[in-house]
Amino acid sequence: MHSFVYRANALLTFAVTILAVMCAMASFSDNLNVPSPTAEVQVLNINWFQKHPNGNDEVSLTLNMSANLQSMFTWNTKQVFVFIAAEYETPLNSLNQVSLWDGIIPSKEHAKIWIHTTNKYRFSDQGSNLRGKEFNLTLHWHVMPKTGKMFADKIVMTGYRLPDEYR
Amino acid sequence: MDWQGQKLSEQLMQIMLVAFAVVAFITGYSIGSFQTMLLIYTAGVVLTTLVTVPNWPFFNRHPLKWLDPIEAERHPKPQPVAPKKKSTKQH
Repeated sequence: MHSFVYRANALLTFAVTILAVMCAMASFSDNLNVPSPTAEVQVLNINWFQKHPNGNDEVSLTLNMSANLQSMFTWNTKQVFVFIAAEYETPLNSLNQVSLWDGIIPSKEHAKIWIHTTNKYRFSDQGSNLRGKEFNLTLHWHVMPKTGKMFADKIVMTGYRLPDEYR
Repeated sequence: MDWQGQKLSEQLMQIMLVAFAVVAFITGYSIGSFQTMLLIYTAGVVLTTLVTVPNWPFFNRHPLKWLDPIEAERHPKPQPVAPKKKSTKQH
């Protein structure tokens, strides 16, 4: 503490240490928030469903999703990444995940979503297993904090079925 | 800055920074704004810098009293004595 530079250095290092502690506490405070998001997805229409010459099935869907993700947002949340994946089982793979739609929610004000869309990314199978296939639509999300640990979770919605014939 | 001033400066720095951090965290958490927390803390750091880093007069209230040079001359520094012969009492 005997010189100007020494005092400036001591202050800076102590201030940054405290800042790190504050960020750790902010990250810890996220654990006190128990999110209770709701989501509902309807498959309104099968636009087309065909087998490509290479043998892979592909289907085009029209989806309607309404979701309320506001409870995920805390004071330490930067943004939330959400995506809807179709998940199904085939003889070869016990879990197939195909991302159909995704989005970035920048703030709590935008966290009530109502979306009417065709699938943003192609829903095609590696093979021709999709006819009459039962599948789940799963809403996955990653909560990206300003500081600290990223949280991820999902809501699984069951009971969807693809048609038995190509169209 | 004298000795007392250095101690005061260090204590002031630590107390002020911790106090601002506590206020900033509580305020930010209660109104739900991370940005507010950072703004309050930054303001606190700047204020603490202004208070404790420059050599303000109130850090210099306890000057050391050195002996007068004349007084010092009356008590001359003991001169180094000629090196003793090595003790040869090694029987």
